[in-house]
Amino acid sequence: MHKQLLLPSIHRRLKGKVEDVTITLMNTPEIPNKSKNILASFYKALKNFGAMLPMLLGITLLLGLFQTFVSNQIISSVFSGNLWRDALIGAMTGSISAGNPIISYIIGGELLKQEVSLLAVTSFMVAWVTVGVIQLPAEALILGRRFAIARNIISFILSILVSIATVATLTLIQ
Amino acid sequence: MEKKKKGKAYAGYYFLGLVVFLYFFLFLFEPEKTQSSLLATGNLLVKIIPVLILVVFFMGIMNYFIGPQKVLKYVGKGSGIKGWFLAISTGILSHGPVYVWFPLLKELRDRGMRKGLVAAFLYNRSVKIPLLPVMIYYFGLTFAVVLLFYMVIASVVEGKIVETLEE
Repeated sequence: MHKQLLLPSIHRRLKGKVEDVTITLMNTPEIPNKSKNILASFYKALKNFGAMLPMLLGITLLLGLFQTFVSNQIISSVFSGNLWRDALIGAMTGSISAGNPIISYIIGGELLKQEVSLLAVTSFMVAWVTVGVIQLPAEALILGRRFAIARNIISFILSILVSIATVATLTLIQ
Repeated sequence: MEKKKKGKAYAGYYFLGLVVFLYFFLFLFEPEKTQSSLLATGNLLVKIIPVLILVVFFMGIMNYFIGPQKVLKYVGKGSGIKGWFLAISTGILSHGPVYVWFPLLKELRDRGMRKGLVAAFLYNRSVKIPLLPVMIYYFGLTFAVVLLFYMVIASVVEGKIVETLEE
């Protein structure tokens, strides 16, 4: 009872002091406050990024394994010679492959020399850069599972459609 | 809900642990190749570190200067063609591996960026202007131009489908 009676008066006294402090803070030069905000912004960015670092490191380690264990010969050995099946195989191999797009161009060039169809090579190169099965765990964790799965499935289908459109246009032009 | 959040926070560590375990396992059977893999990872890390620093810098700058209102204006629901143009052009101009950009995209999406534009940005990461000469060397100029044209169109198609699915 006594406590309850005391509290409003303390609150009134404190409220006055808090208002004084606020006015004093508002009158101080803006620069220290601004630099404090910049530091807080970068600290927040570092903290958010740090939370995703184990996943990014895991993906990088996985890419290292892929580069060493999956050779160009292994990739070229999966094509069968059937136009449509090869387009699908191209998209599938491109989806599970990863690395710099230049590598996909070089492998694509080699595949063309081995008489793999342009349709299959194009779908392979497009899927290489647009679908990321190896990066999927990171994408799902950071951007959401539903978004990551939907985006990768659509990219897979589009890799075949883009290659059909490209080869058809080239045939019309040339 | 709290448990789910906690699990999500540790998912990265579980994944990293799994990959490290895979390395140990492969080392037992293919020690040389596994060492080469580690070396390849080291080389990759050296290449992506500058991009990682750039991403953290962008995130910090964004936290300070770009509030949800600005994000909504440029890449939010009412951004229209301007938003698509921005997502496509920044996707083409961005550097480094695609997964390095996920944290920045998450920040932007949390502030109101359209999911379709996130998908369009990611799709256009595949169009790399500095790599074009290599593509032209192997496949010719006509092929490169036609393919890139269809890829930009495909990025918008993908963005629209993702948006419809996510609504």
